[in-house]
Amino acid sequence: MNSVLASLEIMWKGMAAIFAVILCVYVAALWLNRKKKEK
Amino acid sequence: MEFLIEGFAATTWQQVVMYIVGALLVFLAIKKKMEPSLLLPMGFGAILVNIPFNGAIDQMMEGIGNVPGILDWLFRVGIEASEAMPLLLFIGIGAMIDFGPLLSNPKLLLFGAAAQWGIFGTITLACLLGFPLQDAASIGIIGAADGPTSILVSQVLKSNFVGPIAVAAYSYMALVPIIQPMAIKLVTTKKERSIRMSYNPRSVSQTSKILFPIIVTVIAGYVAPASVSLVGLLMFGNLIRECGVLGSLSDTAQTALANLITLLLGITVASTMKAEAFVNWQTLMIMGLGLVAFVFDTIAGCLFAKLLNLFTKNKINPMVGAAGISAFPMSARVIQKMGQAEDPQNHLLMHAIGANVAGQIGSVIAGGVILGLVPQFLA
Repeated sequence: MNSVLASLEIMWKGMAAIFAVILCVYVAALWLNRKKKEK
Repeated sequence: MEFLIEGFAATTWQQVVMYIVGALLVFLAIKKKMEPSLLLPMGFGAILVNIPFNGAIDQMMEGIGNVPGILDWLFRVGIEASEAMPLLLFIGIGAMIDFGPLLSNPKLLLFGAAAQWGIFGTITLACLLGFPLQDAASIGIIGAADGPTSILVSQVLKSNFVGPIAVAAYSYMALVPIIQPMAIKLVTTKKERSIRMSYNPRSVSQTSKILFPIIVTVIAGYVAPASVSLVGLLMFGNLIRECGVLGSLSDTAQTALANLITLLLGITVASTMKAEAFVNWQTLMIMGLGLVAFVFDTIAGCLFAKLLNLFTKNKINPMVGAAGISAFPMSARVIQKMGQAEDPQNHLLMHAIGANVAGQIGSVIAGGVILGLVPQFLA
């Protein structure tokens, strides 16, 4: 049961970390596109 | 002359099963063209390592002691000691990826994150089935749909199932055209699968393409430091491709480096396919859970796209979300084919490719995140 609870904690922390990285990359990609437009 | 038949006498039924498994993998690689560059070496290796007293793996010889075998040595040096083989392969993979379609429509990045949920859902399921956490995490990572990541994570977490996990990862990647349509149809309607998406590509400057791998590495490094070895080498390969001044290195990474490592990786992983470690009920469960991971990933990607559709004006075809798994480029092709089956004028390929390369980023980040999180629960 402990490992199941641990896996659930890994699930939410893991997905939070992945989305955090991806959202930062998303903002960076938007910024890269915006830079281009300004030129 | 008894030594001539010693090998036959020492053969166990489990080894015979492995010969059949090896022959099946070779058959699937050659006849069905399922990931032949990996499944063929693994199939041949499965036969090779199960020959009694063979010199390709470590043997204890009477009067001499331990005699090292080449496959066990390759495994120790190339995978166990440094994870060099799967990591170096990422340089080649990075050099093959064009992030252009993704950069011209960054929204697709989100699918690369959502479709990794299958990994975590499978970890929980494996724990419920009684697997220890490090084995469950190694099984879940099959859902990364990325062979090198699966091998790396299972090796770092010291899972006892590196062989079955590698076989499952590569087999299911080859079976994406069968698995994904079934899973997609489970959670989408015909109307949803017919949603058209306009494609207005914005040109992406070379500066953007050069900055992108550097920015991704730095962001991943700060938010999920354990993922840097994976993300960093993937992005290093991509930087070589996009910088425009290292054409020959880029070609080498895409061809010679990737081919050399692939050549050795399959047969090296096969050194873990010894009968005593492979022929058991856990292997069957791992194969089943690997399938579940792919299905969960696909469903998560579709459902996330449907969720976004609740808030966006320009509707997204939910099948594009399913391409957020990393199996590149098979998944994107599957989505394009399914889209055209519903509406011959519907062209989803470029959207699906964008989501698919986002899945490549998402899956290596997921691998790194798992390597960072799981040890905290084992201490």
